[in-house]
Amino acid sequence: MDLSNISPILLLASLMVAATPILLAAIGELVVERAGVLNLGVEGMMMTGAITGFMIGHATGSAALGFVGAAIGGAALACLFGILTQYFLSNQVATGLALTLFGVGLASLLGEEYIGIRAPAVASIDIPLLSQIPVVGPILFQHDAMVYVGLLIVLAVWWFLKYSRGGLVLRAVGENHDAAHALGYKVTRIRMMAIMFGGACAGLGGAYLGMVRVPQWTEGVTAGAGWIALAIVVFASWRPGRLVTGAYLFGGIGVLQLNLQAARAPIPVEVLSMSPYIATIVALVLLSARKSGRSTAAPAALGQPFHASR
Amino acid sequence: MKRRTLLQTGAGAAMAAAMGLPVRGDGHTPLKIGFIYVGPIGDGGWTFQHDQGRLDVEAAFGDQVETVFQESVPEGADAERAITQMALGGADMIFTTSFGYMEATNTVAGNFPNIKFEHATGFMREHDNVSTYDARFYEGRAVLGHIAGRMTKTNKIGYIASFPIPEVIQGINSAFKHACAVNPAVEMVVIWAYTWFDPAKEADAAKAMIEQGVDVIMQHTDSTAPQAAAAEANAAGGDVITFGQASDMAAFGPKPRVASIIDNWGPYYVERVQALIDGTWAQQGHWGGMPEGEVVIGEITDVVPADVKAEAEAMIADITSGAYHPFTGPIKKQDGSVFLAEGEVATDLQLVTMDFYLEGMLGDIPS
Repeated sequence: MDLSNISPILLLASLMVAATPILLAAIGELVVERAGVLNLGVEGMMMTGAITGFMIGHATGSAALGFVGAAIGGAALACLFGILTQYFLSNQVATGLALTLFGVGLASLLGEEYIGIRAPAVASIDIPLLSQIPVVGPILFQHDAMVYVGLLIVLAVWWFLKYSRGGLVLRAVGENHDAAHALGYKVTRIRMMAIMFGGACAGLGGAYLGMVRVPQWTEGVTAGAGWIALAIVVFASWRPGRLVTGAYLFGGIGVLQLNLQAARAPIPVEVLSMSPYIATIVALVLLSARKSGRSTAAPAALGQPFHASR
Repeated sequence: MKRRTLLQTGAGAAMAAAMGLPVRGDGHTPLKIGFIYVGPIGDGGWTFQHDQGRLDVEAAFGDQVETVFQESVPEGADAERAITQMALGGADMIFTTSFGYMEATNTVAGNFPNIKFEHATGFMREHDNVSTYDARFYEGRAVLGHIAGRMTKTNKIGYIASFPIPEVIQGINSAFKHACAVNPAVEMVVIWAYTWFDPAKEADAAKAMIEQGVDVIMQHTDSTAPQAAAAEANAAGGDVITFGQASDMAAFGPKPRVASIIDNWGPYYVERVQALIDGTWAQQGHWGGMPEGEVVIGEITDVVPADVKAEAEAMIADITSGAYHPFTGPIKKQDGSVFLAEGEVATDLQLVTMDFYLEGMLGDIPS
């Protein structure tokens, strides 16, 4: 064993990178679910976002435009889900699963010509002054922009849900859509906006995997990240703060265990391999166990179809 | 509707008979050949190569066969459903192309005695209609290990392993033995990814190795992500080399990818489909390697010094001619006990049950 080979600075820095795709996808799904909609198509939206982002990034040579394209692609696929579930009142679980199959298939079809092609370079932004701080600088302040965009989105969502009027309305729709409707709020329209926001975030997460984590087009690059994001939303009991904890724990321990394996830490490999899952679940369960009652409950109208004539 | 189907089938069979095309017992043509894949065909590695084999079958038999495939079928319980579905879909022969389909393939084979099953890299043949086939990857790993041992400057060779199964362990041991033979100071850094295909995880594993001073990366996982990670490290001033895995991965040459181990399944697939057409198909356990052209070393780039390249080519020639077996004694196990005595060559049984590291390897194989 030689743990001195592991550089804590590099490790913590790659932790932030590893957590970002799941964080982005999960924060989008959190908003969707707080609005009372269960969209199981995260994996499909991530893949679609990954390929549309890659195509646009490759065509324009600009990673930033690529991420914009990814958000649009993810939102477009989510829009399809929204139309089916909100206007045609299809079953959300079945439609979400179908969306995953469709999105993954669509991505491999669109991506056929791009296999093995490299992504446009995503520049790291070295934040002036802050990035010069020893130790903390390289860990926190020398990443690509999307790491910070992800965190800013989480912060914005947290503020929106907790302090803004719009957030209150969105939560009302998710808790009791009949009451919200009786008060005159456009339940379907609000849900459509939430669904598209969720799709855009998932698309960004997918593009991050396809352009930064694995800087070349590979089919199936998400490899289940969408499902992890869905699980983290539930274990974080629909709260942005816990969601960040969950995503960083999962991403961080995932990277840590690979480093420990390479350094031959005296821990069985089986334990190391399952550690990201176990640690994330235990931590989030402990976090939610502190408070009782409503604070850990799912949005009351989650997954229920809404029809105004009822 | 029914009558029309009947007429078409009848006419088809009559026409096929008239044209001398093979007609199966139930009278249908073309033959339907199915493939079950563990990853997407665009993985650029393992599944891509199996799909090339499928295309070879199509090219060789044209209208006589129709091929179907299903991608990204998880190993385990769901595989049984996917294979059953393909069998119900009228396949005459099904290739299941990953180790983890072993039980599922045999279960489904028991339910469909008239369909031929070919399972890749396994050893279980519980029914007469199941054959297994494998490639001697350890032959290729020996050559790559030799190059790795000669090329490493930090004396640390990384190996991204998938699952602790004999096929993977043979590869690690073979690479380590031949790296050690030319560079006794070599240390093998193994990471078990517990997946065949997860680009992000494979890239993270490669990055973790590079951060810890590894400068040669070998992989037994299916995506090109470790190659991309190494390329990125080199762009940032690193000096890392890799080997293409399963497929040539030539896009990453001349560096980091300096050579590759290519799985060439086409000849075997064509041979087995021909046997089915001829009615000579019989159960077998096939294990081909360099002599059969199933394991091929891709172009060795100029980054490799000429003398190392010549040594590698000599080793390829010796293995191909049968003059050299990569597991020739004396070889000791990690615990110091004797695996092979002086001059003794490992039997196939010893290889397919290999569950130990060789002497000098550090760390344990997970159980």
